[in-house]
Amino acid sequence: METILLFAPLVGALIAGFAWKIIGDKAAMWVATGLLFLSALLSWSIFLGFDGEMRQIEVLRWIESGTLSTDWAILLDRLTAIMLVVITTVSALVHLYSFGYMAHDDNFREGEDSYRPRFFAYLSFFTFAMLMLVTADNLVQLFFGWEGVGVASYLLIGFYYRKPSANAAAIKAFVVNRVGDFGFLLAIFAIYLTVDSVRFDDIFAAAPMLAEMELEFLWSTWTATEVIAVLLFIGAMGKSAQLILHTWLPDAMEGPTPVSALIHAATMVTAGVFLVCRMSPIMEFAPNATTFVVFLGATTAFFAATVGLVQNDIKRVIAYSTCSQLGYMFVAAGVGVYSVAMFHLFTHAFFKAMLFLGAGSVIHGMHHEQDMRNYGGLRHKLPYTFWAMMIGTLAITGVGIPTALFSLGELPIGFAGFLSKDAIIESAFAAPGEISQYAFWLLVVAALFTSFYSWRLIFLTFYGTPRGDKHTHQHAHESPTVMLIPLGILALGSIFAGMIWFSSFFGHTDQVAKWYGIPYAEAGAQSDEGHAEDDDHGEAKAEDDHGEEKKYGGHHYVLTGAPGEGAIYIAPDNTVMEDAHKVPYWVKTSPFIAMVLGFATAWLFYIRVPSLPGAFARNLWPLYNFLLNKWYFDEIYDFLFVTPAKWLGGFLWKRGDGNVIDGGINGLAMGIIPFFTRLAGRAQSGYLFHYAFAMVLGITLLITWVMISQGGAQ
Amino acid sequence: MDNLLSIITFLPLVAAIILALFLRGDDEAAQKNAKWLALIATSATFVLSLFVLTGFDSADPGFQFVEEHPWLLGLTYKMGVDGISILFVMLTTFLMPLVIAACWEVTARVKEYMVALLILETLMLGVFCALDLVLFYVFFEAGLIPMFLIIGIWGGKDRIYAAFKFFLYTFLGSVLMLVAMIAMYVDAGTTDIPFLLTHQFGTETISIAGIHIVGGLQMLLWIAFFASFAVKMPMWPVHTWLPDAHVQAPTAGSVVLAAILLKMGGYGFLRFSLPMFPVASDLAGPFVLWLSAIAIVYTSLVALAQSDMKKLIAYSSVAHMGYVTMGIFAANQQGVDGAIFQMLSHGFISGALFLCVGVIYDRMHTREIDAYGGLVNRMPAYATIFMLFTMANVGLPGTSGFIGEFLTLMGVFQVNTWVAVVATTGVILSAAYALWLYRRVVMGDLIKESLKSITDMTTREKAIFAPLIFFTIFLGVYPAPVLDVIGPSVENLVVGYQLAVAEFEPLTQLAEGGR
Repeated sequence: METILLFAPLVGALIAGFAWKIIGDKAAMWVATGLLFLSALLSWSIFLGFDGEMRQIEVLRWIESGTLSTDWAILLDRLTAIMLVVITTVSALVHLYSFGYMAHDDNFREGEDSYRPRFFAYLSFFTFAMLMLVTADNLVQLFFGWEGVGVASYLLIGFYYRKPSANAAAIKAFVVNRVGDFGFLLAIFAIYLTVDSVRFDDIFAAAPMLAEMELEFLWSTWTATEVIAVLLFIGAMGKSAQLILHTWLPDAMEGPTPVSALIHAATMVTAGVFLVCRMSPIMEFAPNATTFVVFLGATTAFFAATVGLVQNDIKRVIAYSTCSQLGYMFVAAGVGVYSVAMFHLFTHAFFKAMLFLGAGSVIHGMHHEQDMRNYGGLRHKLPYTFWAMMIGTLAITGVGIPTALFSLGELPIGFAGFLSKDAIIESAFAAPGEISQYAFWLLVVAALFTSFYSWRLIFLTFYGTPRGDKHTHQHAHESPTVMLIPLGILALGSIFAGMIWFSSFFGHTDQVAKWYGIPYAEAGAQSDEGHAEDDDHGEAKAEDDHGEEKKYGGHHYVLTGAPGEGAIYIAPDNTVMEDAHKVPYWVKTSPFIAMVLGFATAWLFYIRVPSLPGAFARNLWPLYNFLLNKWYFDEIYDFLFVTPAKWLGGFLWKRGDGNVIDGGINGLAMGIIPFFTRLAGRAQSGYLFHYAFAMVLGITLLITWVMISQGGAQ
Repeated sequence: MDNLLSIITFLPLVAAIILALFLRGDDEAAQKNAKWLALIATSATFVLSLFVLTGFDSADPGFQFVEEHPWLLGLTYKMGVDGISILFVMLTTFLMPLVIAACWEVTARVKEYMVALLILETLMLGVFCALDLVLFYVFFEAGLIPMFLIIGIWGGKDRIYAAFKFFLYTFLGSVLMLVAMIAMYVDAGTTDIPFLLTHQFGTETISIAGIHIVGGLQMLLWIAFFASFAVKMPMWPVHTWLPDAHVQAPTAGSVVLAAILLKMGGYGFLRFSLPMFPVASDLAGPFVLWLSAIAIVYTSLVALAQSDMKKLIAYSSVAHMGYVTMGIFAANQQGVDGAIFQMLSHGFISGALFLCVGVIYDRMHTREIDAYGGLVNRMPAYATIFMLFTMANVGLPGTSGFIGEFLTLMGVFQVNTWVAVVATTGVILSAAYALWLYRRVVMGDLIKESLKSITDMTTREKAIFAPLIFFTIFLGVYPAPVLDVIGPSVENLVVGYQLAVAEFEPLTQLAEGGR
């Protein structure tokens, strides 16, 4: 079943890509979509029926060299199961949606119908690569998927190949991602050097040993886990568009909107978060590296939210929002609540995919106009899209009932984003250390900004009076049903996904442990599964914490799994998740207050006093320009890297190769050159020269033989 | 068959002689005949070489299919293959029919062209099969001549300059190698390569004109061989002949040069430098690793600045050869496995890339990148194939390009993390120059008048690419057939190397303690 699930998208991609000429483009597209729905169906059945036990299926041998051994394999555990559902669901819906969205495209001319099956082929190929990524049982296969999704992303961003901006964005995405891959590759090498294997089970089992190990790397010796964790995170930064390596994501919006929904919102960009969670056993032993993760995640969440405040392109607003939300996930992973990071990844996939598809529906209805300044009053023309976007906005801004006021037992009531985002903010507050407090405050502020820009988007697009081209507004139309069905399904997810799975992701220790298949025991009791080497540790830890352990319903549990047992590893001294449930009420309410403030401000700016934004922009123009130009990252990078690289290339070529090397060698050979130039001069007058030259060479060789053979005769 | 290797090696030569002696006239029919004969001869060679592959016992790290005959002037003719060389033989026999097919449209001096290519094949196969120093030297050096002629006669407008540069660089290195071979003969008393592999060359420090040479005789010999192989690779900073040679060479010449001739340097390192002079290799290892790392970064940057397609790909070849030398001198299983794999895979990929240039060169007669743009509009099949090989060149996992790069980097990381970090930046730079090239040639709207009537690839062209595409992907997904064959021989090599180095090190410590 897993094999079918995994390879169905590949088959779909091949059929849509190559067989469409034979079976026709419509049929090819339906086959690809059908296979994706099959995958999605299988994923849900695995996800819902999954018992937490890890399964591994070997498919084929791959790279084997000395002690290095990698296979193509399928690893199935809870992390994988979550990702499977996210990937295949969003992908299947995006396939369906694309029937409508890609039906007519002005970027292609009459008779160029092959772009549609090609689009589906890329989408399916992307899905396959992403599935390979999440089902890998070793780092190298994960890297295969990692790069595979990178290529798919490159192809899809540059899908409108006639647009220079799309081509530039595609290359930028690939190259910036490669900067991250640079770190990822070094991490794999470091792991192989220290563990002598790249398989997850070996790596995880060796994690405690790695924490003690000194690794010589570059100018110093470091703790092995810290080096590996930082290098892995560099990889994650590239793929998940975290600060410093984020510049490609906004530009990636050049791709068709379904692509943005699938790749640049719901799945590929979350691969970095998945990687950090997958490598939790290493992360748990690398306190400095995880502090860095928290710092960078929080800073990105804040940075991207500030830029999102002033963007005018509807897709760019959502892109920065994605960047910001990914920052939230990294904060969660960094403070050690991997489960919560996955929770936000899970809910975010639904509401962000929906926001993008909703935006796509608006763009489709507005004849590919993307500037929000030319929208306005569209809620009457696109009623379904309006409601979908509304639900998405309620979810992303975190609308719900603060638990301080009301909850169903222990279950808070609210949209998906409300539950997962609040869980992250509470965890950041509960985590020890100053950086966590920094993260907490930044995330609360970012929540305010999120609310502002999300409502700004809604107000500018759907409220007020129509702006811009009259003709476009007259012809604005609601999208066809194939595009609205995916919106409806994702809307359900945006509303309920948080509440349904809240206790599994962010419940009590025993609930979460059961969900991820981590062995656990009642505090103070022996582990029921008898992990001999771990018992002492676990027990001692449990006693240490005995005083602090808070009771829930008379029980309190501790995790007893060794690294590698269960889908994620949480160190015994990591109590952030438990502590997060006990944060003060003002902390629990703060994101709600931030959300309300953001909404109120947006309402004031764009509904009540529409002249305010302009006034602000004029009076605070340095700040406004700073944000509008995305903190000038692109300009700085261009100045620091792109221009010097091109200059250096030219310099090394002309001066290095030309003057120094050729000049030097030619100088050395000065005595021989004139001789050859004379020969060459004669060569122009006939071909005889070549043969003469060959003969000279032959004679040289003959003399050589004689010399050697005489040496032999001695 | 005891002399299968000889048959394979000399079959193309026989065909060349037949062509040269019996084919008369230069009309179209004669040209067709010449091409067909060359194609049949190279294909037959390939089929015969399959018998070697199937008969090869990959568990045995020693030489197989060995044949030994007395030869002129008291020398010995000895041939054989082991896990390191057999796949180079296969690469050569596999690529030559494709090369012949790729020059099907050539009309200038066709007979001579075919003769040159066939002779070249014999000489290249000879290099990989020779088990005697003199024999090796003859094949190794003689290979220069047909290549020199191919560039000089069928090349572009600056072909004479390029041919001489090619000749000068590679020949100067070889003179030193010849001297070293004589010294080896004097020291060991034989030119038999299997024997020399077991012979220990002196490592005592010697001093010449007041300069102490650590590693002694081994170091001197190593330097001499290095001079020759480094130019052939080519390694930075003696690489500048390659871009010029490529630019001027005809498509078939470029393919042979990049895909096979460049591998002779790497093969030489593996056959001579590493096993015969392990101590010197170890001492000089860091030096070579740094040269390799510099090569990767330097030539990648230079590739970014190119405006000629062939030059760009040539510089990218130098960068990829940097991975090879780096892997070889990391001298561990992953490094050497990776280096061999990289050489084979580069044979497919660079060959295919030069063929890609050839496809549009045949149509537009220019290699200037600026003369193109938007080809995807009229050449979708070409765009797809070029994309695949661009990605393979970048080292995308799932293509054979990844495995060589990955293993060599992994090998070198275990030896020197600095070099590994510098070299790994190559993955960023290669993406930049390769994709930028692709964008400028293939992407965008087709606005240039001259390109409006360009046609997509013909069936013949597609047929040439098909086997290359197959192996690039097949070996990327399932590299076991290659790694299984080279594994035992490489292990043998690496273990012997490590032993020799370990034996030497206490000696240096003693020497230093005594000072």
